[in-house]
Amino acid sequence: MASIVAVIASTHHPFYYKASTATGEDRPPFADEWERKILAFRETLTRANPDVLVMVGSDHFHQLWLDNMPQFLVGKAPFYDANWYNEEREFGLPRMLLKGQEDLSAHILRNGLDEGFDLAFSNELRIDHSITCPIITLRPEADLPIVPIYTNIFAPPLPQPSRFVKLGETIRQIVEQWPSHLRVAIIGTGHLSLELGGPRQFGPHGPDPEFDRRAVEWIASGDLDNCLREVTLDSLHSPGNATHGFMDFMLMMGVAGAGAKADYVDTLDLFHTMEAYFTWYPTQGGVR
Amino acid sequence: MSKYLLDKFLYTVDRDPDLVERYRSSPRELVTWWEDDRANAVLNCHSGEASTWLRFTDDERQALIGHDHVRLFELGAHPFLTLTLFIAMFERDNTEPLEYQKAFGARLAHFDMPYPDIAT
Repeated sequence: MASIVAVIASTHHPFYYKASTATGEDRPPFADEWERKILAFRETLTRANPDVLVMVGSDHFHQLWLDNMPQFLVGKAPFYDANWYNEEREFGLPRMLLKGQEDLSAHILRNGLDEGFDLAFSNELRIDHSITCPIITLRPEADLPIVPIYTNIFAPPLPQPSRFVKLGETIRQIVEQWPSHLRVAIIGTGHLSLELGGPRQFGPHGPDPEFDRRAVEWIASGDLDNCLREVTLDSLHSPGNATHGFMDFMLMMGVAGAGAKADYVDTLDLFHTMEAYFTWYPTQGGVR
Repeated sequence: MSKYLLDKFLYTVDRDPDLVERYRSSPRELVTWWEDDRANAVLNCHSGEASTWLRFTDDERQALIGHDHVRLFELGAHPFLTLTLFIAMFERDNTEPLEYQKAFGARLAHFDMPYPDIAT
């Protein structure tokens, strides 16, 4: 069976690429520290030596639209083109091409359906920065085949937080049962408190530093009980109007497993958001 | 109330560089053309297989023509779509980093929680 060699959760700040590649007067003052933290975070994936990456993210109204909106969607294609015109325009992101791992996509779709998740699928998916940002930060060579999984954290009505956790637990089980010798890393990105297009956007910190502090604690300690007790679809409006992206962190807590302490935790307090980086090294069938 | 159509306008204009420029420079012309010509296009269908019933309310049309992002927020347009398109149109006028983004937020300062519902 396949082995899950790393579980990784992080924020996906679209400005990292621009900040880290800027030089001279264009280079923002926080870029050096940010880059140092990312290089250390990248090492946590590199040392796991994965063959395949399962990438959990959320389409930002690029390919998925309100006339036909899936809640959870799995890509199944030999290739994925990546990044969109408005991401080049606003964030300076490069166009990319990633390989797909179709066998694992098929395995996740078949078994996800059988486990009670009516997963949508796509055979031609252009992915966006929710998946390319972690490729850029964690595996900039972009050389490993991926399985993209999109969640709807963006267009209400949304699935409940508990459903994200359950999907994460189910993905973990399904990948562990994949008849393959390959080493799989499961990587997902979301947000802590975040405001986009509202009055609290682009402040000196994230819109709700107290939420961020508690969220980092929940994730780092695998405290799904308290996280699920406190987080509801309604409560997530309060830390910031785009904070429902935190549910992708909850999905990753489900992948890591209840009570699983992260082996690597780091944060960076930036303007606009708190960045957060977590890595777990599971062993087969349990938590190290 | 046609939040969906507001969102559809913001979404389809944002992804087309020519429409972004037309909306910036000639909003009345662009909004009028879009409502006549594009509002009923089913995005995944060929021509001739369009919807027949989508139109803006007067209030929505005026908010779009006026580049009135505060009113769009109040009407429940998706704030991510509004922000992305308005940054595309107006960030270029910044005299310092994030100037437009911060001013955009400041103009919304009178909104308390809960914000207008964005569900479509």
